[in-house]
Amino acid sequence: MGFVISQSEQEEIDRWLLKYPPHQKQSAVLPALKIVQEKNGGWLATEHLDAVADYLSLPKIAVYEVASFYSLFDLKPVGKHKIYVCTNVSCMLAGSETIVGYLERRLGIKMGETTQDGCFTLKEAECLAACGGAPAMQIDNTYYENLTPEKIESILAGLNG
Amino acid sequence: MVNFEINDKQYSAPDGTLIIQVADREHIAIPRFCYHPKLSIVASCRMCLVEVAKSPKPLPACATPVAEGMKIWTHSPCACDAQKSVMEFLLINHPLDCPICDQGGECELQDQALEYGKDVSRFTEGKRSVKDLDIGPLIKTDMTRCIHCTRCVRFGTEIAGMRELGATGRGEHMEIGTFLEQTVDSEVSGNVIDLCPVGALTSKPFHHKGRAWELQQVASIAPHDCVGSHVYVHTLRGEVMRVVPRQEDSINEVWISDRDRFSYSGLKSPDRLLKPLIKKNNEWVETDWDLALQFTIKSLQAILEKEGGRSVGALVSPSATLEECYLAQKWLRGMGISSIDHRLHRMDFSCDSGGPSPCPTFGLALTELENADTILLIGSHPRTEQPLINHRLAKAARKGAQIIMVNPIQYDFNFKVAAELTPSGGQLLHPLLGIMNALLSQKNERPHFAWLTPFLKNTVSTPEEKQVAEWLGRGNKKVAIFLGLQAQAHWHASALQLVAEALALFCQASLGYLTEGANSVGAWVSGVLPDQGPGGISLSEGKGLNAHSMVKTPLPAYVLFGGVEPEFDLANTVAARRALSESAFVVAFSPFRGGMCEQYAKVMLPIAAYTETEGTFINGEGRWQSFNAANPPPGEARPGWEVLRALTALCGGPGSLYSRSEEVRDELKHIVQNVPSVTLPSLEQRFRRIEPILSESKEGLRVVTEWPIYRVDSLVRRSKPLQDTAASPLFRARLNPKTASLYSIKGENKMRIRREGEFECILPVAVDKKIPENTVHIASALEGGGNMGQQGAVQVFLESNKDA
Amino acid sequence: MDNIVCFRTHHLNPPWSLQSYLKVGGYSAWKRILVDKVPRQTILASIKASALRGRGGAGFPTGVKWGFIKAELPGQKYVVCNSDEGEPGTFKDREILLMNPHQVIEGMCIAAYVMSATVGYNYIRGEFWEPYQRFEAALEEAKKEGLLGNNIFGSGFDFHLHTHLGAGAYICGEETALIESLEGKKGFPRYKPPFPATYGLYGKPTTVNNTETFACVPVILEKGAEWFLKLGVPGNGGTKIFSISGHVNKPGNYEAPLGISFQELLKKAGGVRQGHALKAVIPGGSSVPVLPAEVASTLNMDYESLAKAGSLLGAGSIIVMDETTCMVKVLARIAHFYTQESCGQCTPCREGAGWLWRIVHRITQGQGSLKDIELLEDVANKIMGRTICALGDAAAMPVLSFIQHFREEFVYYVQHGKSVVYSQRTSRSRKFLDYSGEVGGFISFG
Ligand SMILES: Cc1cc2nc3c(=O)[nH]c(=O)nc-3n(C[C@H](O)[C@H](O)[C@H](O)COP(=O)(O)O)c2cc1C
Ligand code: SF4
Ligand code: FES
Repeated sequence: MGFVISQSEQEEIDRWLLKYPPHQKQSAVLPALKIVQEKNGGWLATEHLDAVADYLSLPKIAVYEVASFYSLFDLKPVGKHKIYVCTNVSCMLAGSETIVGYLERRLGIKMGETTQDGCFTLKEAECLAACGGAPAMQIDNTYYENLTPEKIESILAGLNG
Repeated sequence: MVNFEINDKQYSAPDGTLIIQVADREHIAIPRFCYHPKLSIVASCRMCLVEVAKSPKPLPACATPVAEGMKIWTHSPCACDAQKSVMEFLLINHPLDCPICDQGGECELQDQALEYGKDVSRFTEGKRSVKDLDIGPLIKTDMTRCIHCTRCVRFGTEIAGMRELGATGRGEHMEIGTFLEQTVDSEVSGNVIDLCPVGALTSKPFHHKGRAWELQQVASIAPHDCVGSHVYVHTLRGEVMRVVPRQEDSINEVWISDRDRFSYSGLKSPDRLLKPLIKKNNEWVETDWDLALQFTIKSLQAILEKEGGRSVGALVSPSATLEECYLAQKWLRGMGISSIDHRLHRMDFSCDSGGPSPCPTFGLALTELENADTILLIGSHPRTEQPLINHRLAKAARKGAQIIMVNPIQYDFNFKVAAELTPSGGQLLHPLLGIMNALLSQKNERPHFAWLTPFLKNTVSTPEEKQVAEWLGRGNKKVAIFLGLQAQAHWHASALQLVAEALALFCQASLGYLTEGANSVGAWVSGVLPDQGPGGISLSEGKGLNAHSMVKTPLPAYVLFGGVEPEFDLANTVAARRALSESAFVVAFSPFRGGMCEQYAKVMLPIAAYTETEGTFINGEGRWQSFNAANPPPGEARPGWEVLRALTALCGGPGSLYSRSEEVRDELKHIVQNVPSVTLPSLEQRFRRIEPILSESKEGLRVVTEWPIYRVDSLVRRSKPLQDTAASPLFRARLNPKTASLYSIKGENKMRIRREGEFECILPVAVDKKIPENTVHIASALEGGGNMGQQGAVQVFLESNKDA
Repeated sequence: MDNIVCFRTHHLNPPWSLQSYLKVGGYSAWKRILVDKVPRQTILASIKASALRGRGGAGFPTGVKWGFIKAELPGQKYVVCNSDEGEPGTFKDREILLMNPHQVIEGMCIAAYVMSATVGYNYIRGEFWEPYQRFEAALEEAKKEGLLGNNIFGSGFDFHLHTHLGAGAYICGEETALIESLEGKKGFPRYKPPFPATYGLYGKPTTVNNTETFACVPVILEKGAEWFLKLGVPGNGGTKIFSISGHVNKPGNYEAPLGISFQELLKKAGGVRQGHALKAVIPGGSSVPVLPAEVASTLNMDYESLAKAGSLLGAGSIIVMDETTCMVKVLARIAHFYTQESCGQCTPCREGAGWLWRIVHRITQGQGSLKDIELLEDVANKIMGRTICALGDAAAMPVLSFIQHFREEFVYYVQHGKSVVYSQRTSRSRKFLDYSGEVGGFISFG
């Protein structure tokens, strides 16, 4: 196996492990996958999944099941920043289609794709629980609400810089 | 007990019984997919929805317990509508090409669809299709057919004890499989074929070989271990097409091992022996039965006359049927041949040399095993040796049993093991003495076991051994002790057996043997032993040599019965090879002609293989289980018992004309019922026989050999699908890193292993942390492995760095 | 009577600090309980008397739920907070976690005390990174203050509270799926019974409550059950946070007494956007049946009134739609959501949700037939009540209610291959594009 979870990632996972009873290491699988994903290019290759399985003493398939179930895990390469645009009812009523259209044109990609420079991956999100600030999107760990094309421009500019 | 109604009829059942269980008991049909009586309940397919009075929604019969006064309708409009709609949902994404599906005719979905399905699908979008992954040589996948019942996934977790299949993805994208292309390696993996209600998981070797409704089914007993699993053999036009489990809750429940399921492939091996053959001028010449038998008798008689009764050794397969065993020893003894044995793996017979040996049973029933509190296994790897014993152990472990292993190397268990003792150099005796020592100190019982003193002289119990002693000695707990195959094949087999007996005596435990082959108990009962006759009677005269002595010093002639291949099956393969090659006459009764047999034999007599003969096996519990032939033997091959009957008749033996095999069995049964039970000499006396080991050196490297799961007998060795699995090991000497560095050996090296005056061989090295120090672990019975001698002390040399 | 329960720190700066929380009386109930060793039964009686009902959607009486846990039996028990907020239209828990995390902590502490649980988890959805950090910071403050940990205030009572992060799955809001997820598994709802009260997290007795539910608890114990009960209407104690989104001028969270009239709430949210008329309201999150304007306009916002009107209060998430809204498209979006979020475990939901979506989608593509409308209803009815968890119902109810109230719109779409709204409103819709402003005015049609 090529990939080894780094010391700092291990320490972070260990901090999560402290929260659960000693025989329930599996509980830390979601946080562990998140940590490993964030530190390794935003997506999880098989070797990452296997390393997490190993680290938590789980059957590999148990980790594959989890990693393929939750939508915040990516099992294919992604861009540096992941843009999740909410298109659910409230955002749709508030014009998320414009937002999606604008982003697709601006980045030159369709939903689900990654820009050529590897900077952005565009994804459709289900309700982000930001309906009061619709239309909304999430980039990496941050929410952006009441979006307009101008606002998106300044957000993207901030990220590129 | 509660009283309730199903379909307006009154029933009662114990509290907590599920509706579906009562329905099954009463033969009320309720459709189901996810429910399986041996698996946990998930209630997810929703096929079993039934109407229950006062419930606003239909309820799943598989998850709803009956209650007092409950009224249930399984076929009311409400129930039928629910069941029909689930059926419609399931068919949305299921291909409707049943004619090309292997499951056709035994598909639970097809059956339900006939009853519940709509004729025209109202779903007009394209069906989901799923990419298939290759999961190995045994199981064929067609996952587009999967209906997500998750039986196979639960089987992995709950029965196989290893999760290989899973449900990945979410919602309608959920897929059952291994996720990545990966073989499924569990020793019981084939059971998912039976569990899968549709054609998603089917048998690869059986693929497109036949349709379920064309097959004929004969009940049989599995032939590769001492469990005695119940199986059905399915044949088509006289050929075995597949083997499937037959439910027997007290033995194999509804499972069988992959070995028992797929070994039948070996029946069609190209080297099946089809006609009697005699070697003339080093050429094999076909002959007829009469001539062959005459020739055999004459050849043997000539040697016996010249060299005496001890000049012929007879090795009988521990998987030969009871009838074969009984007739074999009868014929051989009639001829004056007394060296008869079936204990092929064994090399140390010092404790029962000359005296009676104990009948090698489990000491308790399989159903009791799963309720034991503490279980000590000595030299045992049940997962490969008796996979369904392993399943019972896993169940016991889940119920909280403390399971302790004393083994020559570390194994991967699929259940919780309380302690695993792996002494250096394969010296299993040391931890056992350590445990015994701790037990004696614990209860201050030393005076009663004074005869043990010389053996315990230098024993200091380790904390681990003390812990084990505490678990074993707790009193009023059910303790079971087993000697596994590796204890029986060990160079200290006798000592291990006696110490185990002492432990059992001390802890009031049952003592059992997990033996080689399917019929070791039967062979014992029929007297396939050098010093015991039928029923275990000790022979006062005419004692013969045991299996090990028979080859240690070559004899002029050998009789091999039941597909025995000494170069693979005997404890000392080097000695066996040499002995057979040097002998003047060898007659092999075997279904196969290939391998070394062609070189050393003078006569080959084609006998029926498993499925082709009727007979009886006695399993480790002592159960006599008779079975019928499922298909005729090929060519001129004849059931072994018939051949032996003919031989006995030719020799003019008395009462030798049996018309049916049952008569043979019943004759033996009659003998068994009328002989006094075997009494062994006292432990104290027998301990004296093993005193010589006290002077042995404990130092130095030891070779430990092990028969891999798919190398245990001539049939299994010829099953291609089994040989193609990942469980087929490479021919390697495995060493602990520390030991390796002590001898300056690296992973890419080859090493030369030598035992003075016996053998010398060169083989590649694998460094493995699971091997204890001072141990060289080698899989035996491999092709090209015939140059390995018996286990025990060896010398090791580094061969060369380069040619890895 | 606004912002007196969950949002009572809103006027302070910053609202989320321990200091702000202490200023409004925070943790006084917790301290009193510990110092006076208030009997569990007394607290339980208060919660029952307050008529607090679960704010997560089902509206189950909280006191009754807590009473299911046998606190006196030995063994580990757990309290779990459900901050997985994922129901479309719902965004109140996020604001509670951001603005008033201490009140959730205090509520969980009290619950733990009542149920004799020494460990608790707050399951926060994976997307809520900021709320997660805010909550973690609050936990640190509380620990430093000795409000959490071992032998709190010398009472002999231990309580350890941790956060857990989800990773994107709506189904994990369902309490047993949440428990599975917390155990590190896929969010597969469990078959019930057994309920979490007997077999919950790690197989131990567990109570799961919504974030807002826990946040109500401290105030009840501070101000009394009677006070809380009287805020609302009989059987519906307290205020509720109503999340209002869609075609209103001031979307957002509004804390208001249960039983408040819909009209009054709508007024708080600035009314329907200028120049438009109310067409339909989803009163409790996307899972609950939609109501047409005429029905919604006369409603009072409490559990019983809504049930009587043929819908549900759910999580109090109000999605307002004006006359420019194409109901077929809205339903298509909702159906898409349930297809995406079905866990895949049980047949009717796994296969049925996708089927529903495909039919509505087909209609929106102009390829529907009249039979499809009946098929939709039929498929929805075959999912309803036959699944392991309520997601199946949640996928079915919108379909049934949208067709029930807006059948002509579906018929029109099928017959003309386009939306009735689109054909009526082409000229005006152009104007909304300009209108956009803060709220973003484009409406998705045609
Ligand atoms: C599909 C589904 C999603 C749910 N999502 C949530 C949720 O996001 N938050 C929540 O508090 N309850 C949610 N629930 C309800 C919970 O199952 C549970 O009833 C609730 O957390 C109990 O807390 P309460 O009694 O305080 O409301 C959901 C239920 C279902 C069936
Ligand atoms: S109703 Fe849907 S989400 Fe709920 S258990 Fe069934 S498949 Fe999963
Ligand atoms: S058999 Fe009962 S739900 Fe599947």
